[in-house]
Amino acid sequence: MRFTKDHEWVELVGDTATIGITAYAAEQLGDVVFVELPEAGRALKAGEAMAVVESVKAASDVYAPISGEVTAANADLGGNPETVNEAPEGSGWFVKVKVADSHEIDGLMDRAAYEAFLATL
Amino acid sequence: MTETPLKSTPLASAHLALGGKMTPFAGYAMPVQYPMGVLKEHLWTREHAGLFDVSHMGPAWLRLAAPSGDAETDHRAVATLVEPLVCGDLRGLKPGQFRYTLLLNAQGGILDDLMIGRPAAAEAQGTLYIVVNAATKDADFAAIAAAAGTAATLVRADDGGLIALQGPEAAAVLEALAPGVAELGFMTFADFPVSGEILTISRSGYTGEDGYEILVPEGLAEGLWTRLLDDERVRPIGLGARDSLRLEAGLPLYGHDADNTVSPVEANLGFALSKRRQKSGDFPGAARIAAEKAGALSRVRVGLRVLEGAPAREGAPILDPDGAAIGAVTSGGFAPSLGGPIAMGYVPPAFAPPGTALQVQVRGRAQAAVVVEMPFFPHRYFRK
Repeated sequence: MRFTKDHEWVELVGDTATIGITAYAAEQLGDVVFVELPEAGRALKAGEAMAVVESVKAASDVYAPISGEVTAANADLGGNPETVNEAPEGSGWFVKVKVADSHEIDGLMDRAAYEAFLATL
Repeated sequence: MTETPLKSTPLASAHLALGGKMTPFAGYAMPVQYPMGVLKEHLWTREHAGLFDVSHMGPAWLRLAAPSGDAETDHRAVATLVEPLVCGDLRGLKPGQFRYTLLLNAQGGILDDLMIGRPAAAEAQGTLYIVVNAATKDADFAAIAAAAGTAATLVRADDGGLIALQGPEAAAVLEALAPGVAELGFMTFADFPVSGEILTISRSGYTGEDGYEILVPEGLAEGLWTRLLDDERVRPIGLGARDSLRLEAGLPLYGHDADNTVSPVEANLGFALSKRRQKSGDFPGAARIAAEKAGALSRVRVGLRVLEGAPAREGAPILDPDGAAIGAVTSGGFAPSLGGPIAMGYVPPAFAPPGTALQVQVRGRAQAAVVVEMPFFPHRYFRK
């Protein structure tokens, strides 16, 4: 699993990346009440806003950590947005993306680097 | 951005000790939430009792400089000083009564919403208890002091604590510390002994729930806060849940759902317009308000249930069924007690009847919404 400074995670298996928000992000947001996800087929560019996560108090953008085409969005979050808080780095995933260039992930932080980054916040 | 350092309330260290997440609000560092989180804090208040630090608000006393000693004469005198600024009936306040009113500019625009009360005690007549909003307090106090001139003195009490205890278990909790408070009716206030100190306690609040607001001197605030939290029915509640609670209760947040361009009629706060004052037309903007009441109204604050999609927040356009923009959301979000998004906003009166189908636009997408009666969640005040 790799991480961004915007608190997204990405896990790459073959050329399919699963993307979500980190446990830290979920904790900071508080209770998630709505998630707006991109539709399958949408082309994402690394760094662009791809989803919106809403807590009781605010809406926050979620950015694509890696470029590629959305192959699936986590439909379960529609009826159960609280899954993002319960299992942010598991069943609370947001989208699956067929990546354009798997080497893009090399620019992201590994867990140790991300944790070191969190310690600076 | 302002360079002014944030002010803190007498409960600042208590919030940090409780794990409160602090945020700037109206010039103060205030807790937006505690570790329980906004959603659970909201629901806790609806089910039990929530404890809120509202010390950023502006309590004050306006006291006649030379009271005559006759209760009615003195009350009338002090009320008459302030009435020219507001649209409410202050002369008609009964001893112990607390009233929501509006400070207006010459155009009838709302400068603030505030509470003004007449003390219950016979020896305290010729005094008004005033509580204004945090962001507007300097201007409000200056206006009130100017209106009072030398006839009365405004004594600010905003250096101390103001603590709200709200929820269905609030009365039972506070009665144990301040015997007698359970007998107060909604929108009344009196002095009560609490641990040997006399505190001013009103049965009021801004959550839609039964509850109290307690004025407490700076040095006693943390002790009272801690004693209230010792009761297992009480949890600390931050500004996040305070906002979602007042939104569900249909209560406007000044600076968002009302501002100095909006009249009481437009803001759907007609209940705050005194019949006597309207008849005599002796308040700022009376002519505009009379015209609006006669039908010359271009917009009115309504409540909306958002039937699909994301919460519509402040600034989101309100559309008619054909997609034409007719207004904007002034506050909105997810309503924890209703399990879906709600909003308030302004629309032309033709679109204001409950049941009117409208749309709200969130991130470019039109979502179905419907006008509903406010409050969204029933008020549960203690009326005697």
